[in-house]
Amino acid sequence: MNESTMSNPGIIITIILLLLPILLGIVIVILKVMGTIRQAKDQQQLEDADKLAEYLGNLSKEEFDKQIVKRKAALDFQLSHQELSGKMPPEDEKGLLHINQPPGLPIVAAKKKALARPHIDPKLSKLIIWYFLSATAWLLFGTTIGEYLGIKFVAPDADHISWLSFGRLRPVHTNSVFWGWASLGMLGLGYYIIPRVSNTKLANLNYGWYTLGLINFAVLIGSICLMAGINNGGGEYREYIWPVMLMFAIGIVLTLINFIQTIARRTTKEIYISNWYIVASIIFAIVITIVAYVPNWQNGLGETIIQGYYMHQGVGMWFMLFTLGIVYYILPQQLNKPIYSYSLGILAFWTQILFYTLIGTHHFVFSSIPWWLQTVAIVGSAGMVIPVIAGTTNFILTFKGAWYKISDSYTLPFFLVGILFYFTGSLQGTAEAFRSANLIWHFTDFTVAHSHLTMYGIICFFLWAGIYAILPRLTGKEAPQITVGAHFWLALIGLLFYTIPLMYGSTLKGLLWMDNKPFIEGVVLMAPYWLWRAIGGSLMWLSHLFFAYNIYQMVATRKEVDIQETAIRKLTDPVTPIQPIT
Amino acid sequence: MELFDNHKKLFTTATLLFLLLTLFVAILPAINNQQRNRPLPNAKMLTEAEMKGKAIYISNGCVACHTQQVRNVDMDKIWGSRPSIAADYAAIHRTDLWRNTATLMGTERTGPDLTDIGTRQPGKEWNLVHLYNPRIVVKESIMPAYPWLFTIKSAPSDSDVVVNVPAAYLKSKEGKLVATKEALYLLAYLQSLKQTKLPEGNPIPEFLYKKAIKQADNNQGQQPELDGKALYTASCQSCHQENGEGLPGAFPALKGSPVVMSNNLELYVDIIMNGYDARPEFGIMSPIGTNLEWTEKEVAAIINYERTSWGNDGKKVTPDEIKKIMDLLKLKTTAQ
Repeated sequence: MNESTMSNPGIIITIILLLLPILLGIVIVILKVMGTIRQAKDQQQLEDADKLAEYLGNLSKEEFDKQIVKRKAALDFQLSHQELSGKMPPEDEKGLLHINQPPGLPIVAAKKKALARPHIDPKLSKLIIWYFLSATAWLLFGTTIGEYLGIKFVAPDADHISWLSFGRLRPVHTNSVFWGWASLGMLGLGYYIIPRVSNTKLANLNYGWYTLGLINFAVLIGSICLMAGINNGGGEYREYIWPVMLMFAIGIVLTLINFIQTIARRTTKEIYISNWYIVASIIFAIVITIVAYVPNWQNGLGETIIQGYYMHQGVGMWFMLFTLGIVYYILPQQLNKPIYSYSLGILAFWTQILFYTLIGTHHFVFSSIPWWLQTVAIVGSAGMVIPVIAGTTNFILTFKGAWYKISDSYTLPFFLVGILFYFTGSLQGTAEAFRSANLIWHFTDFTVAHSHLTMYGIICFFLWAGIYAILPRLTGKEAPQITVGAHFWLALIGLLFYTIPLMYGSTLKGLLWMDNKPFIEGVVLMAPYWLWRAIGGSLMWLSHLFFAYNIYQMVATRKEVDIQETAIRKLTDPVTPIQPIT
Repeated sequence: MELFDNHKKLFTTATLLFLLLTLFVAILPAINNQQRNRPLPNAKMLTEAEMKGKAIYISNGCVACHTQQVRNVDMDKIWGSRPSIAADYAAIHRTDLWRNTATLMGTERTGPDLTDIGTRQPGKEWNLVHLYNPRIVVKESIMPAYPWLFTIKSAPSDSDVVVNVPAAYLKSKEGKLVATKEALYLLAYLQSLKQTKLPEGNPIPEFLYKKAIKQADNNQGQQPELDGKALYTASCQSCHQENGEGLPGAFPALKGSPVVMSNNLELYVDIIMNGYDARPEFGIMSPIGTNLEWTEKEVAAIINYERTSWGNDGKKVTPDEIKKIMDLLKLKTTAQ
């Protein structure tokens, strides 16, 4: 890379963002070095011990025995352990004692158990559980397709079936993880959060079920249509034809009504910030869907302007805004302390609306849409620094004084990764929008890497954090820690394997294009990076199998026989035969 | 604050702000562009067959990898003779009741841009072979194969379009590979993708971010010779192949070719500039040099590369020699 490339602000920003994890690595290396120094010190002490042994060997026998016996008596002295308690049998009159059984030999570090929430309506629980189950099914489906698409970059002749050809499957992957997995996951968590922070009951349980059914149906029909070659004409993320998207839209309209009615009945004076984000995101999702599907302004370049607006508001206003709402509730709850600053949350809310709405057309920089509109999009992208830094600061400072809790918790690491990628991934988007950086990266796989850093690194990790936090409260069952850990590490390492080679390779490809080299050289150049992407993708996919297993464990496994509960039931209802509670 | 504790006011305010911004960055610019822009006067409308081809292009999601926009940056000048402008898309309307407008501008360029593919690569034989399986002609390609656009017939009729592909790709099936209607529609659409020339007198928009031309080696007044291998790779290799052996039954070999090696430079330059259709056993060669507006420098570089590769040992030529021949050829074409 030549000098002018290295002085490109977009590239500098990206390099700094990538350096953050590397700096973390350097810190670890320093710790290791300190360990080595300590070992050297131990060596020194061993030598001192040798000298002591030599001294003891030179003492006379009687002198030595006398000293030893005296010292042994001193060391063997023990308290009777009843100096303070006396000899009376104990009695726990105030109910203060809880005796934990000692755990067996642990394979993974023991984490805190989720707290039971006894006051959730079982009917609502059931609804939320079904949202999570559907979301998980779409995650498995969508990422299996994604994994297969990644393989096709390495083995383009893997199959010759029209329904499975690359161009048809790609939107099946993106749409099913968007509308199936992420949307249902978010809505499921929304159905928990909205009534909880409003301190009231959900307004209408049925609407919740209708939304679930409509969205599931839309994604199912939509996927089949796309594979059969029926699509809306090629705009990314609006490949579903309008009757399919209409079902999705009706679904979220019902949920919007439901949420607003619930909030209207709230017993708190304030509307907690989570509900701002969640309700606003649903309203905006409805607006952008209407704008994207109404045909009156979509001829010629109108289509492209709307496309830029739609595809970016889809990610920024629907997924990001909703997910931030989830984080504003569950992160403080898991840390057991209030959010650092409510005001920062409000600032981030309004600035996100102000700047994010402007940035859509940055997907069409240098295209034939008006130059001023491209410039507005680039300025808006730069403005996104404000809500992103406000949000990140707020979350990180909420951790202040509670960092030690990360090692005790299996949800907080997911949050931490999500926050890290919220910062790096979002600012990377700003960097990519600059004309000078766009020149290199636009049209390359860099965009794919970026969308996975954000949709996967931010949205998926936050959703997993939320589901692992909420689901045990509903079912009273937890997933084995070892499989939660496997899910976390495979997803994180897989994501890094996926994105970093892809970003590096596509930078080289962009420079090669700028050199006016034959196009096919860029294809040849990318081959090893596409292989790395497939490997990273496989790890991510594997992590989802663990996630699905964990969901199964949290939902479907039988509870162990609770001795006390069963005994009480036996006393109160001696007729019914005792079954283990399921 | 009252605003923040009243859900009606709060959500109405947020919605109004969002709608206002949406109006100004999306809806109004979109309406403005759709009303103001008109197609170029000499733009060709798609024929019925080409429209059907476009529908096949859409349903197979070709836009996932192929853009149709030449950006106004220097690196894009290989995809067209000028940057795309709003007028190029102005004639595209809603596809039908079910489907939206398809400008097919795209956001990924995993494969080449197709704005001007009808000029760059119009060959029927090449396109059909390439659609059946791209790796027959471009072995590094990762484009999907589209075998379902073809059938195998043991006795094709005269009206059938037979496609010659190496036997290994037929998976040991007996008979001839025949292009279906769909394949021919798609071919027609690809051939129709040509940049419309701007009307006389209209300023052509510039390509931005041009690279600074190095002045170092120009002391002796000599132009540095162009890279013939790169030109060959970009514009010739997909038919004549990297090893210069062509593809039997479709594209002739250049290795040991009499045209390449003979002293009749006029025919050689004529073929490069104006195309060739003299040998029925091979496909038609398009006027690649004219299409890409090559000068004597490009032609000389390519001739020199072809004459010194794959065991060929022909005499090298200079751009000056080629310029004379090109001028002569131009006179001939205008005389006709």
